Amino acid sequence: MGNLVFDIAHLLAGLQVLVSFLLLYQDRLGALIRVFALQAVLLALSVAWQAYAQDAPHLYVTAAIALIFKVLIIPVALDRMVVRLGIHRQVETVVSVGPTMLAGIGLVGLSLVVMLRVTAGEADALAREDLAFALSVVLLGLLMMITRRNAVSQIIGFMSLENGLILAAAGARGMPLVVEISVAFSVLIAFIVIGSFVFRIRERFDTVDVDALERFRGGRG
Amino acid sequence: MLPFYPAFLAGMMLVVLADDAFTFLFGWEFMSLASFALVVSHHGVAENVRAGLVYLMMAAFGTLALMLAFGLLAAGGEGVSLQALSFSAMRAHGPTPLAAAVVLGLALLGAGSKAGLVPLHVWLPLAHPAAPSHVSALMSGVMTKVAVYGFIRIVFDLAGPPAWWWGVPVLLVAGPTAVAGVLYALMQTDVKRVLACSTIENIGIIFVGLGLALAFEANGAPAVAALALTAALFHVVNHALFKSLLFFGAGAVLVATGEKRMGMLGGLIHAMPQTALAMLVGAAAISALPPLNGFVSEWLTFQAILLSPDLPVWGLKMLIPAVGALLALAAALAAACFVRLYGIVFLGRPRSAAASQAREADGFTRTAMASLAVLCLAAGILPGPVIDALQGAVAPLVGVRMTGQGHLAWLSIIPVAEGRSSYNGFLVFVFIALSASLAALAVHAFGSRAVRRAPAWDCGFPGDDPLAQYSAESFAQPLRRVFGRSLFAARETVTMPPPGDMAPARLSVSERDPAWAFLFAPLGRAVSALSGRANAIAHLNIRNYLALVFGALVLLLVVLALWA
Repeated sequence: MGNLVFDIAHLLAGLQVLVSFLLLYQDRLGALIRVFALQAVLLALSVAWQAYAQDAPHLYVTAAIALIFKVLIIPVALDRMVVRLGIHRQVETVVSVGPTMLAGIGLVGLSLVVMLRVTAGEADALAREDLAFALSVVLLGLLMMITRRNAVSQIIGFMSLENGLILAAAGARGMPLVVEISVAFSVLIAFIVIGSFVFRIRERFDTVDVDALERFRGGRG
Repeated sequence: MLPFYPAFLAGMMLVVLADDAFTFLFGWEFMSLASFALVVSHHGVAENVRAGLVYLMMAAFGTLALMLAFGLLAAGGEGVSLQALSFSAMRAHGPTPLAAAVVLGLALLGAGSKAGLVPLHVWLPLAHPAAPSHVSALMSGVMTKVAVYGFIRIVFDLAGPPAWWWGVPVLLVAGPTAVAGVLYALMQTDVKRVLACSTIENIGIIFVGLGLALAFEANGAPAVAALALTAALFHVVNHALFKSLLFFGAGAVLVATGEKRMGMLGGLIHAMPQTALAMLVGAAAISALPPLNGFVSEWLTFQAILLSPDLPVWGLKMLIPAVGALLALAAALAAACFVRLYGIVFLGRPRSAAASQAREADGFTRTAMASLAVLCLAAGILPGPVIDALQGAVAPLVGVRMTGQGHLAWLSIIPVAEGRSSYNGFLVFVFIALSASLAALAVHAFGSRAVRRAPAWDCGFPGDDPLAQYSAESFAQPLRRVFGRSLFAARETVTMPPPGDMAPARLSVSERDPAWAFLFAPLGRAVSALSGRANAIAHLNIRNYLALVFGALVLLLVVLALWA
């Protein structure tokens, strides 16, 4: 039984890393949003499994929050935003896929090496694996944020990064529910703020390419 | 300005009261900031603001050097705690020889920048004239001495027993500082700037004493080290007395005439006789004329220099007489400098309307100057008790004290041995007083008693223009031509109008400070070039900033992966 618990947690966390890679090479925003929703589903499952494995009922609440916000509200809102902005068919110019994927593989390797070494002998195997996967998801999210030009895909990168944080938090025992709820809400608020910001950018500059902001910055040199 | 003056005093008090590095540095920085506020108290003038900024930069640099020095001294103790920062803990575990050597360098930089050692002196000629006169007196007379205290505390007390060569860098910096300081003073035409530059010279004399003390202590002559350290400390006391007196005098002249340019003053001995008398005492004291106090301390320094042939190290045997020669040169040039200052400001005829309408300073000012003048005279006539009083500070630092001087017959002092040298300030004073009164009596007995006022320096000058008098620039010209050409790149250019043109001919003099030209200007250019490069980072887009964060994170993780 213990082995099965471990294997399933491992599988779910590993799937999230895999989905992070899927996020990296999506070049249409619609597909990007749906892949993100898939990752959120996996996150909810993973947290729920942790709740079962650790016998910590409050983690079910965390899983529910993830399910409601990240699988339903945020993807739907993003979808509507993309439609309203009229960029749902647009193909985004991603910084070429090949090197990005290679960099992502390197990052996963790095995070495994770091986490397994740093936590050696101090935490149980489940938490260690979980933390290594969580760090991979965080780094991949960050990588996505810096390789994308479109503000909407940067939002998704940020949300994916935050998925990694929740995964890490669920893996570590004794995380209070209050902290998780407040993290979830702050992410939602960040989403709202960034979302409205995207619309403002659009209104002003007629594009959501963040590089367009560059021209409006004074004091260069 | 009022609240900063006591704050400045409190900061200096705190530095000398501190028993741990934290309190010391806190007081040091407090003192620097309060004096910065005082320097820019007339901040309407752009020049003063620039002086304040230069001063602030040098102060921050000095504090940084001292902080590093204390860090080295505290390292190796029992971990990082306030306890490890106390002076007793630093004394308990002496630094390694290498650390002690670095501490010596840092103390020279940190305390030297505050005291005004060349080439870290650049703030002095700017800040002292910018500050109000009583603040200049305090900064020059006392604050530079706090810096000397900091140097002594770190190098003599905390850094452990000195190595044989420790005196060498100190002497190499101090000797040129003395000469360069007085040469700077000779080039200046602003009264307070002359005094500020002369402070550099006196700091050089003090550090020569300190360097001698280090050299003698490290080479097995603690008695001579005590003599050299006593000389340095005596000069600290003296300089505090006569430099304060001179700054007060400059302030009185400034209040009376509104002028600090020497070219606009002159003849003030008639309008301000008491100020003139006090300034004369101060000028004589700083020129090291017996029977005043300046002579005693410089004489004691030379007594220590004359004992250098007894040292076992050849390098020091050669170096110390050379530094002695520099010191002698500085003393002679200082005399020239103060003859120039006093002669131009107080003698001759007024060069401006303001100078001719000057009034004597008020009672408080005169009392302050008179009491300092009396102290200068007293310390010169009675050096024995002063020397004895200084032994309380000297004995713990070098381990031995000088033989008692206060009880010797006829108030004389014998620093080494009676057969070698002795000095009797009282006798010199009596002799000078007697011969001067006799001469005055003789002149009055055999000459005419009537006061006759006749055109001064009328030889060949048809006009009666006071500007035809000897001026500050013309007095300094021979020295400027001898020393200034190579050292200060002093150039004289004569602009002659073409024949038939009625415009006046002009003689203009230009000079530059080598410290600015070769040290600070390249440094400033390097800093602005670097900051120009770094400025590009301030203008990236969001993605690039995120990439920087990401890169830093990955780099740290890689380090963690490789290191662990």
